[in-house]
Amino acid sequence: MDRKIRVLVAKPGLDGHDRGAKVIASALRDAGFEVIYSGLHQTPEQIVEIALQEDVDVIGISILSGAHMTLFPRIMELMQEKGLDDVLLTGGGIIPPEDAEKLEAMGTGKIFGPGSSTQDIIQYIREWAESREQTETK
Amino acid sequence: MTDFEKYKKERERWEAERQTKSKDRPGKFMTTSSVPIDHLYGPENVQDIDFFKDVGYPGEYPYTRGIHYNMYRGRLWTMRQFAGFGTAHDTNQRFKYLLENGQTGLSVAFDLPTLMGRDSDDPLSHGEVGVCGVAIDSLADMEVLFDGIPLDKVSTSMTINSPAAILLAFYICVGEKQGVPQEKLMGTLQNDILKEYIAQKEFIFPPEPSMKLVVDTVEYCTRHVPKWNTISISGYHIREAGSTAVQELAFTLADGFAYVDSCIEAGLDVDEFAPRFSFFFNSHLDFFEEIAKFRAARKIWARHMRERYGAKNERSWKLRFHTQTAGCSLTGQQPENNIVRTAFEALAAVLGGTQSLHTNSLDETWALPTEKAAKIALRTQQIIAHEIGVINTPDPLAGSYFVERLTKDMEQAAEEYFQKINDFGGVIPAIKQGFFQREIAKAARQYQDEIERKERIIVGVNAYREPDEKLEIPILRIDDKVEKAQVARVKALKEKRDNTKVRQTLDRLREAAAANENVMPYLIDCAHAYCTIGEMINTLKEVYGTWTEEPVF
Repeated sequence: MDRKIRVLVAKPGLDGHDRGAKVIASALRDAGFEVIYSGLHQTPEQIVEIALQEDVDVIGISILSGAHMTLFPRIMELMQEKGLDDVLLTGGGIIPPEDAEKLEAMGTGKIFGPGSSTQDIIQYIREWAESREQTETK
Repeated sequence: MTDFEKYKKERERWEAERQTKSKDRPGKFMTTSSVPIDHLYGPENVQDIDFFKDVGYPGEYPYTRGIHYNMYRGRLWTMRQFAGFGTAHDTNQRFKYLLENGQTGLSVAFDLPTLMGRDSDDPLSHGEVGVCGVAIDSLADMEVLFDGIPLDKVSTSMTINSPAAILLAFYICVGEKQGVPQEKLMGTLQNDILKEYIAQKEFIFPPEPSMKLVVDTVEYCTRHVPKWNTISISGYHIREAGSTAVQELAFTLADGFAYVDSCIEAGLDVDEFAPRFSFFFNSHLDFFEEIAKFRAARKIWARHMRERYGAKNERSWKLRFHTQTAGCSLTGQQPENNIVRTAFEALAAVLGGTQSLHTNSLDETWALPTEKAAKIALRTQQIIAHEIGVINTPDPLAGSYFVERLTKDMEQAAEEYFQKINDFGGVIPAIKQGFFQREIAKAARQYQDEIERKERIIVGVNAYREPDEKLEIPILRIDDKVEKAQVARVKALKEKRDNTKVRQTLDRLREAAAANENVMPYLIDCAHAYCTIGEMINTLKEVYGTWTEEPVF
């Protein structure tokens, strides 16, 4: 695969806690990904619109405000509406394991909690991209 | 031979012995802020420190050892736990419970829509109403929040920034309705907008009009609400965003000086308003580094206020501060261990001479605290206060070669940052050029990298892990009925109030803002007319515009 994996790191809602989003954005960039950072205070609609326009492979959402059970499902719904079926939706933040399991069962990718290593996130995205490539070439 | 030469010579001898007779473990010896620490500190390391000039006595300039003569022998610090969730009614019940249990001051946590100046029925508020604090849309909610709580007896701290002037207006109106004149109101407004651009990112307007709003509140309170603490200049969020201890110290004090400059420019006398400024710091994991930071902060503030601004009133020199333990130091893994982390951090704050303290709960990496978790956090403070003997004498670590060296180094490093900020043309130009944001992002990334390379060990995260760990603590949940109820409440308010009066007061607010008048009296009129936060903020946006940051990472 010649094209770099394109990742949108996004902050939905009113939450301004951007430490994690920025650390992950810079770690992904250093690992060779093409990183687009949405900036703060984006609506789910805006995020999906950026994903569409930037033709990203992955959307990574960072939420620390507790609104994850509202925002993740809404983003997923919009991704389906816009036909972004082959785009990975992943993310992390202050999300209790029980909620992470629920979101994953709804069809998001892996949800990363506090203490996650950027290396694990990088590896997870790489493996996902490889498996997608394999399914595409089959 | 002078004493200094003698110490130096002996130290050299010891260094030679040490190198032949001992070997350090591999790895770096550094603070939480990645500052390298020497093998040993002795008299030879503190030769540039003058006892009278740099250390001195508690209660006296430069206050390195604390702002009171007797510190905790006189009065313990205030144990002020931050609380707020759900509707105004829910939080009012919690406040009454806290007051019945002996708490004397309240500290209000607002939800994100309130912090961002949006009504509960605003589309961007969806999912956030009442979640990380209490939802306040108008004076009607504020009346419920303080129902049955006498505002002439209780002091209230409000963590609010962009819409701070509006919440102050609400508070003044509630006071009036209770028959408490504004002269008697006691409390604190965080009202520190600069750190929002630097770190917490709950900004609405561009920096200049935001600064104008802060000055308006300071000016208004100086004249009419004299017991009110007008700004709580906050390093907490700067540290949480990833800064080092020195950056927290330097950026916070630089913000403080910027407020002093703006208020002086607006024609206020420094000794009129500076005694009403207070500070809010983080207490992170590195015990000695934190203590040094608190000591350095007091000394720097005192010196600048007296020497640079010519303040004559001692109260303008004294840096009073609240501390919160570091939320960002807590782990999701083996969360019970967070009780221990928080206890050490709280101890550093006490040894650093804090005036009030909030201790975090063990479950806060996952959600807002449960009642049990919050109680353990409070008990931690009580154990420090009553059981371990640290309150018997002020500043017990003074004279430690290590602590005095760290304090002085911290002070010098902060001065270097002040110079850099000056070179940008001040705090606001430095914000606009992304200086603080870059420095903090760099430090946050370095901290994370050190953890991932295991140069920094975090128990349960990159060492001593329990691979099949299951989360075994209860998690507090906010019912989504809260949002539905609050949205219905604000919609009903918008229908039943006198909407002609709403339009009139908002029009006058717009005119006052455009004419660069002090907007406080107009906000109070709007509050009385039951204008909502969103309506007032949107009116001000028409004049001030909005702010989007250029993200740096």
